[in-house]
Amino acid sequence: MSEVVLKLRKLVARPTTTMLLILVAVVVVFAVLAPSSFPTTNNLRGVLSDAAILLVLATGATYVIITAGIDLSVGSVLVFSAVIGAKAMEATGGGGASSILAGLVGSMAAGGAWGLLNGALIAKAHVPPFVATLGSLGAAYGLALVISGGVDVRSVPSGLVEFGNGRVLGIPVLAIVALVVAALFGVVLALTVFGRRTYAIGSNPESARRAGINVDLHLMQVYAIAGLLAGVGGFLSLARYGTTTISGNTQTNMQVITAVVIGGTSLFGGIGWMLGTTIGVFIPIVLANGFIILGVVPYWQYVAVGMVLVVAVIVDQRRRIRQAN
Amino acid sequence: MSEAHTPAVLQARGITKTFGHVEALRGADFDVVRGEVVALMGDNGAGKSTLVKVLSGTIQHDGGTILLDGHEVAFQSPVEAREAGIETVYQDLSLADTLDPATNLFLGREIRRAGVLGALGFVDGKAMRARAEEVFTSLNLTITAGHDAVGNLSGGQRQGIAVARAVAWARHVLFLDEPTAALGVRQTRQVLDLIRRVRDTGVSVVLISHSVPEVRSVADRIEVMRLGRRVGAFVTSASTSEDIVSAITGATTDPDMSEVGDE
Repeated sequence: MSEVVLKLRKLVARPTTTMLLILVAVVVVFAVLAPSSFPTTNNLRGVLSDAAILLVLATGATYVIITAGIDLSVGSVLVFSAVIGAKAMEATGGGGASSILAGLVGSMAAGGAWGLLNGALIAKAHVPPFVATLGSLGAAYGLALVISGGVDVRSVPSGLVEFGNGRVLGIPVLAIVALVVAALFGVVLALTVFGRRTYAIGSNPESARRAGINVDLHLMQVYAIAGLLAGVGGFLSLARYGTTTISGNTQTNMQVITAVVIGGTSLFGGIGWMLGTTIGVFIPIVLANGFIILGVVPYWQYVAVGMVLVVAVIVDQRRRIRQAN
Repeated sequence: MSEAHTPAVLQARGITKTFGHVEALRGADFDVVRGEVVALMGDNGAGKSTLVKVLSGTIQHDGGTILLDGHEVAFQSPVEAREAGIETVYQDLSLADTLDPATNLFLGREIRRAGVLGALGFVDGKAMRARAEEVFTSLNLTITAGHDAVGNLSGGQRQGIAVARAVAWARHVLFLDEPTAALGVRQTRQVLDLIRRVRDTGVSVVLISHSVPEVRSVADRIEVMRLGRRVGAFVTSASTSEDIVSAITGATTDPDMSEVGDE
């Protein structure tokens, strides 16, 4: 009996639980204030679609941040990967399945390559993650502009756009893809050797090294995952918008980091949870959606998201202070 | 050089190590007998830590030989030393503070699930917790595998986990680098009890410490280093604190060891 109480207390103390309660509260408030337009199937689908690409990127960022790293380049890498994917589809022509596949492979290879570069800079050249990925942020965006000539590539096959805006069982396809990606990587994080070592490296890299873990290789793999998923995000972005959205991703890296931190992953490393990241992706998106529906000046969403982020970090800090005692 | 007659599990002979212009080890010898607690003492800069780092594979020596069970070894990394059955508890404990005790115990040596899932890299959390529980119980520690992050535990408990992790894998020798330096009186006593229990499992323990009373209470033998060499080797029961202190400070040199000290 008391053990159940103890477990419940632990669960409530989890930052993820706090954030889930905030998400539920936000949804309830909007549902009460706008009963005819917020809690509708259509609006829910919109929210899911908006969250999808961000969730794919945040999945990779969860790994990176658990290793006590940061990846500022994901938005630029998304754009770069989208340009490469679009060019690959253009080059293979036809707009059929093989051409779409070429686009997917192109985007993922491009994203993965940037991730590997980030990982090599961080693990081998010992450039701090903040600086290494800041460099990639600029370089990937610049190269995307060079390759595209600064003009969005719009020749995305209509078949892909149809797919990207389709539904299965009434659920947007992109949301299904994103949830599958998050679930898959969430399972790997929680239940596999790779996941355990990701936490260990974030918690104490020196002790991981002494335990015989190849820390450099592991970090390279983690950044490669983040890059690969940014590449997937680039391809999904092509599928959704039918264009490369070159100028539409300047805030993406911050949105991704915000979502991961809101979800309870610690910027100091060693702590994090994929379910938390999923909740963290939805809080800003539901806030933005609700504000628009209520006719609040939409800029307020940034203020609200900023406040939620700070609350999330305060919760994390308090937990750490408890730990230190 | 009569290793055929000694029951030593680990022997170091004439180890030298130079860092730039500093000669940290100038032909150091060291012996560990199977199933004993041997203390390694010496003033700051005597070369204790360097010697232990050499013997545990953290750094590589310039000259001399190391024999494990009579066979010459040269560890290129701590991983190699650990594979040979030598474990080290570092002064900073080397724990992952945000992870639970069982995960720390199996860091880098996770138990995988059986079958396909194991091949895919899935860990067997249940088996790891059960095994961790066994180790903690056998060492009489007040830690359960289900505990939260080890960062939430007391200094003594954290020390206990670090020792338990090393004990769980050590087959020959366990090095403890100043394990009680950061602990209070009660916790120090617990760690000393723990050292005796480890010895009783047949694993030799090498204890680095500055405290003569502490060493006398737990060690079967005491070896003293000074200026990068062994200057004394004592059986605890046949020596006095004064013998040990004067060896540490260089006031006297054990006559049996004087040849070692000659240039």
